[in-house]
Amino acid sequence: MQYEAVIGLEVHVQLKTKSKMFCGCATEFGGSPNTQVCPVCLGYPGVLPVMNEEAVSKTIRTGLMIGSKVAGFSKWDRKSYFYPDMPKNYQISQYDLPLCAEGAVEIKLDGGKTKAIGVTRAHLEEDVAKSTHFETTSGVDFNRAGVPLMEVVSEPDMRSPEEAFAYITALKEILVSGGISDCDMEKGQLRCDSNVSVRPIGQKEFGEKVEIKNMNTISGVRRALAYEIQRQTAALQKGEKVSQETRRWDDAAGRTFVMRTKEYAHDYRYFPDPDLMPVVVSEEMIAAARKLLPELPEAKRQRFIKQYGLPEYDAGVLVADTALAGYYEKAAVASKNPKAISNWVMTELLGKLSEAKRTIGECAIQPEHLTELVALVDGGQISGKIGKEVFAEMFDSGKSPGLIVKEKGLVQVSDTGALEGFVNEAIAKSPKSVADFKAGNEGAINFLKGQVMKLSKGKANPQLVGEILQRKLRGG
Amino acid sequence: MSLHTLTIHQLREKLRRGNVSAREATQSLLDRIQSVDGKLKAYLWLDAEDALAQADAIDRSGIAKNGKLLGGVPVAIKDVINVEGQPCTCASKILKGHTSVYDAFVVQRLREAGAILLGRTNMDEFAMGSSTENSSWGITHNPWDLERIPGGSSGGSAAAVAADEAFAALGSDTGGSIRQPASLCGCVGFKPTYGRVSRYGLVAFASSLDQVGPFTKDVADGALMLRVLAGHDPHDTTSVPQPVPDYTAGLGKGVKGLRIGLPKEYFIDGMDREVEAAVRAAIKKLQDLGAEIVEISLPHTDYAVAVYYLIATAEASANLARFDGVRYGARVTGEDVIDMYGKTRGAGFGPEVKRRIILGTYALSAGYHDAYYVRAQKVRTLIRQDFEKAFERCDVIVTPTSPEVAFRIGEKTDDPLKMYLCDIFTISVNLAGICGVSLPCGFTNDPRLPIGLQVLGKPFGEETVLGVAHAYEQATEWHKARPNL
Amino acid sequence: MRKPVARRYDTFLNMANDTNQFDVGYVAHLARLHLSDSEKQKISAQLKDTLAYVAKLNELDVSKVEPTAHATPLANVLRRDEVRPSIDRATILKNAPEQARDLFIVPKIVE
Repeated sequence: MQYEAVIGLEVHVQLKTKSKMFCGCATEFGGSPNTQVCPVCLGYPGVLPVMNEEAVSKTIRTGLMIGSKVAGFSKWDRKSYFYPDMPKNYQISQYDLPLCAEGAVEIKLDGGKTKAIGVTRAHLEEDVAKSTHFETTSGVDFNRAGVPLMEVVSEPDMRSPEEAFAYITALKEILVSGGISDCDMEKGQLRCDSNVSVRPIGQKEFGEKVEIKNMNTISGVRRALAYEIQRQTAALQKGEKVSQETRRWDDAAGRTFVMRTKEYAHDYRYFPDPDLMPVVVSEEMIAAARKLLPELPEAKRQRFIKQYGLPEYDAGVLVADTALAGYYEKAAVASKNPKAISNWVMTELLGKLSEAKRTIGECAIQPEHLTELVALVDGGQISGKIGKEVFAEMFDSGKSPGLIVKEKGLVQVSDTGALEGFVNEAIAKSPKSVADFKAGNEGAINFLKGQVMKLSKGKANPQLVGEILQRKLRGG
Repeated sequence: MSLHTLTIHQLREKLRRGNVSAREATQSLLDRIQSVDGKLKAYLWLDAEDALAQADAIDRSGIAKNGKLLGGVPVAIKDVINVEGQPCTCASKILKGHTSVYDAFVVQRLREAGAILLGRTNMDEFAMGSSTENSSWGITHNPWDLERIPGGSSGGSAAAVAADEAFAALGSDTGGSIRQPASLCGCVGFKPTYGRVSRYGLVAFASSLDQVGPFTKDVADGALMLRVLAGHDPHDTTSVPQPVPDYTAGLGKGVKGLRIGLPKEYFIDGMDREVEAAVRAAIKKLQDLGAEIVEISLPHTDYAVAVYYLIATAEASANLARFDGVRYGARVTGEDVIDMYGKTRGAGFGPEVKRRIILGTYALSAGYHDAYYVRAQKVRTLIRQDFEKAFERCDVIVTPTSPEVAFRIGEKTDDPLKMYLCDIFTISVNLAGICGVSLPCGFTNDPRLPIGLQVLGKPFGEETVLGVAHAYEQATEWHKARPNL
Repeated sequence: MRKPVARRYDTFLNMANDTNQFDVGYVAHLARLHLSDSEKQKISAQLKDTLAYVAKLNELDVSKVEPTAHATPLANVLRRDEVRPSIDRATILKNAPEQARDLFIVPKIVE
């Protein structure tokens, strides 16, 4: 029998705000333990939460970006469970009236096809603290406790680990482009749990679902799901039952382990938080959020193709990374040759960045300098070959191409007198090539050209050199 | 005349004139406490040196002589409200040794008004109770009869004020915890409209019902204290941004033409006959003063106790979850985290708190949530609507505060339900979120125990309530009676 | 997945009256509250009385009544996204039952 997987994802995203969800403590990552805390986020007796408006507005913005219905009336609930990383032993979350309901994220499949993955809801809650484990004890750092956290719950619309991978990638792209979150998984800004079940192809009902936790990277999600689908399929094939449970992914071991079974499922005892008033999302709030909407990746791709005359492929690569697209656009918008800018970015820049293991944000070359470089090449001040040399220097030093060209005396030689000198020298040194050319081997001229370039240290204007050579060889 | 017997407005007059200093006022209270608190046990904690140092600072700065409302006036604080640097145990073993790291909003207000933060008063553990017998640190005795309870949960604050051990004290009222002990001890206890006074820094029992309020020796002092405590606090999102009237200036207008509602459901069989007689006499008095009496109905009164015990315990079960021995308070070690939680909480909480946590947890648990908790919330709506309709026909509502006077220590400890029913006249007020005051309106004959009159007002109708209470008080002598200690 | 769970009201009335289902051990575990056997017995008996008493709420038809969660009708009470100073670490660690390496220490957490 053939089986298929049914996958749903719960993605937790830390929102990019300066202060925490319910108090004024900083959200900055990497602070010394328990220095970004106060009575409120430590759950001291008598404290009360006050909601961060930026977190609410970013969640509304997310809803608009994924086509959600943004609720008119939304409220906050307490979700009770005891855990040392939860200061109040209840989490302020949203139960039955989330800020955003429904919506979809489009993913790209092989062969250029797309698929819409439904989003059930997106709601706002508070993050928990971070625990460090020692031999017999654990230590808790509450710096992270209370950071605004948005949970985006998908429909069980994915059928393969690849689709799940594509979903997270696409969601991440939307959230980063919207300024909602930096989605840095290493910093825990994006975390993901999954529900996965397996059923015979053709069967309508879902199989027994298993929740998987602790998938810390996007590729980890793919590996965990692949493992789990294989495990469940094998069980079904052997006639065994898959039991409803929560499992933990161990990336090093490459397998999942049981965390808790159904009997130990939580009883969260949700009820409306009496300390927090509901949010009634007005037309004005939606209009304000709409104003801050970024261009969606697909719209940006279309615009790049049209506005900058880029091939689809280039536009696709550039838009896939919001920061890269922004960089490109800064350079391209001031350039007469945006296609050339794209070429530089796609080949030289991305190559160098990956070699140096740097992100575009860490790139020393200012976008304006790239514009200048393209202008220098196009204007014939330097050759394309010198251009690459200048580029390498720009990448290392961050200097402007004009300055580098000046400092190193790299201006292209277009002076006919000087060029004739180089040409004469090359002809004199390479009688064989001259003879070959005259015997009808046109290609031999390239060797001579190369000699001229070498003599000029690459600065000779290649086009002029060609013309002079032709004239001299044919004439003489 | 000893200073400790004065009201705030009398003391302030002397302070303003420079006849007495804040130190003298404080010392006089300390002496009084020294002489009577051994019998009453109203205070849990007191640092005489610190109190005198605060008084000296106020004397030096001249605050006592300027116009500050409470300049140089010592105030006692229920052990459920945070004062930075002072202990805050909520009369619970689970917070034994805990020191507050911040000031409650109301405490900031008291400091700004020039008050001296005198000490911590006893209470039922986490404000759960009606007799102060649920304190982990011992029983507080009623100043009128040491064999009897002072009421609760703010029994320490009520007893301290009634026994001249404090000029005023803060309490908290979730289902009557200010008004009922005020009634049983014979002082004035005011429960403001929900949202009138910030809850920031008040350790939560039931967040949608809790409200901080003052105990005072008379209504004028209640108005003064309320003026200091009331006002918007951005740290409490349930705090209502509504201007605070000058409650003191609003006194003295009388009750002529005011409509006073008498809810027929509050004059019930089984009420103490002397209590009923005293309240009827008080109503007659108000009528003589020019008020119009109208009969009203609050038809869902009979359900209030049930609604209250479901909602309050449900909220409390979550509010008290934070006491787990991880970040502060006491810890009992265990084999693992779950065991540590269970043992810490099992050893830290007293029987009534445990009972309520269990009830509240149960009322919210899967399968029972809608039958208990949601149903209670819906009946709460009906109770709120009862008051809305009633207030279309009257300006204030007058009732007994409690169906009976102070009972004997230990009399009801084994029957929680009987204890819960002490609060039948006070609980609806919290469910509806309205304001109310209890003030003395007489005594039983033998033994001589105080009886309280409750005056209830519309949301943010504090001025009217104070006006009626003041008019009655000025026409009677009850508030001047003092226990013989 | 935390989708809203649809609940059927009619079935609950019966459950509410059926206090035999009250399992004090289970509820105490949910509340992380260690109770001795005698406490369990006592609380169980007392709560059966209390639950029988609160069952009087079933007398009312509340099918068309909105629940009240707050005593005031406020909405949209938000604060601006501004950083405020945090509290001194030494102060809060001093209140901790156990602390080391600037962390709050608990028995080892096993997932």
